[in-house]
Amino acid sequence: MIHFDNVSKRYPGGHTGLANASFRIDAGEMVFLTGHSGAGKSTLLKLIGLLERSSGGQVHVNGRNLTRLKRRQIPYHRREVGMIFQDHRLLHDRTVFDNVALPLVVAGLGHKEIGRRVRAALDKVGLLSKEKEPPITLSGGEQQRVGIARAVVSKPPLVLADEPTGNLDPELSREIMELFGQFNQVGVTLLIASHDIELIQRLGKRILTLNQGALVADSGRNH
Amino acid sequence: MARTPGLRLHVWLQRHAQVALASLGRLFDTPLATLMTCAVIGIALALPLGLHLLLDNLQEVTGGWESGASISLFLKQEVSDQQARELAAKLRNHKRIERVRMIGRQAALEEFRRLSGFGQALEELDHNPLPALLVIQPKAQFGTAENAQMLVRELGLLPEADIVQLDLQWVRRLQAITLIAKRAVLVLASLLGMAVLLIVGNTIRLEIQNRHAEIEITKQIGATDAFIRRPFLYTGLWYGLFGGVIAWLMVAAAIGLLSGPVTELAALYQSAFDLSSIDFSSLLLLLGGSAALGLAGSWLAVGRHLSAIEPS
Repeated sequence: MIHFDNVSKRYPGGHTGLANASFRIDAGEMVFLTGHSGAGKSTLLKLIGLLERSSGGQVHVNGRNLTRLKRRQIPYHRREVGMIFQDHRLLHDRTVFDNVALPLVVAGLGHKEIGRRVRAALDKVGLLSKEKEPPITLSGGEQQRVGIARAVVSKPPLVLADEPTGNLDPELSREIMELFGQFNQVGVTLLIASHDIELIQRLGKRILTLNQGALVADSGRNH
Repeated sequence: MARTPGLRLHVWLQRHAQVALASLGRLFDTPLATLMTCAVIGIALALPLGLHLLLDNLQEVTGGWESGASISLFLKQEVSDQQARELAAKLRNHKRIERVRMIGRQAALEEFRRLSGFGQALEELDHNPLPALLVIQPKAQFGTAENAQMLVRELGLLPEADIVQLDLQWVRRLQAITLIAKRAVLVLASLLGMAVLLIVGNTIRLEIQNRHAEIEITKQIGATDAFIRRPFLYTGLWYGLFGGVIAWLMVAAAIGLLSGPVTELAALYQSAFDLSSIDFSSLLLLLGGSAALGLAGSWLAVGRHLSAIEPS
């Protein structure tokens, strides 16, 4: 599903985001990405979602060579990668329903289909009763779950999460991780960046560790 | 796997209708700001439109005058008032002549003395220097410029005729000036059209800035450039269209204010002239043109500023 071959990312000004990273993640895996802040976790996720382009090496995602992808093809790639952010990135002038519906609207689905899928996704994250509320009235954990519903509503084969539990207490964090586990069970590949080592070690999934842009440890596929 | 169904036509139309309505709704969320922008566009369009209509009306009026122009037939010095009267009576039976008014030599002198202020100088002359004059009104059915010219040539061949003058010179001049003025209005319209482009472009640029976060998130979710562009293009279209409507209302109101006095003035000249307003096809042209200007203006802004926003 994801294949990094000697991938580097250097930013203008000389800062190195990622240095010669090589790894492979198969379809159906659930993998954690850890390391200190600034170790390159976000950079790695952005390269997969094509929010940034690599400066060297080859990135393959879902059978696609991202290094060769043309600008106009980027939107279609992004539709196959659900992304979840620490700051949720919700639109606050729209209801929860409209936020979750956005990927389907963008993909040009019909009205009925959108309603059906959005409600299914909201039901999955336990927020069906809040569909008409604006996100700002929801708690942090609920807003994160809206973000998750938006990331999975179009049923992408791959979901990326950047510090999804960064602002949540341990109890809520555990709930979110359980949710990810459920997605994984139905075949979704997940790559989750988190510095909460204690939490992710308890889950017993594969862990990739980054340090100053370099991949320094891979716990292997021991699930 | 995510399914990417082909866009069916009715879904596509439904999307466009939705986006068009949503952009409209967004404009109505800030009615005052929208009204002000549309009013600026309206004023910029009303100015050339109003001038154009004014000149059209002027052309219509002077076009009427050309056919109604009279011919001045100055007789030779030696022709007496009696002979002039006989000639006038003869010409009244001419098939192309409607009316002949005679100003005898004595009457001409009186008039000249009264109007010119050279009364004293005239006293010094031992004889009347002014010829008799026949003012000839051609029949309306022969009233075109060429027919009038033919009549002028015919009258010039009369043995009593000295100078024959068709009083068209000033009408011609006025028409030439009108033509120049029309060109000037065209130039003005182009300049103000450009102003409309810039007004809409700038308004859309601000709108793009305001919705920066939304654009970023939508792009990150996989929206194509066309998808992101669409609401802004519709907003520009609406601005242009409403600007056109405001221009129309302003010009219609101005014509309404002017038409009373103009009709009165026309009545003083025995004319049934009425100020003509904007007809339906011109209105369609105005609204279509203004909407196109709005669309073009937003294209300018969207092309420049949307690609600069990328999710991070």
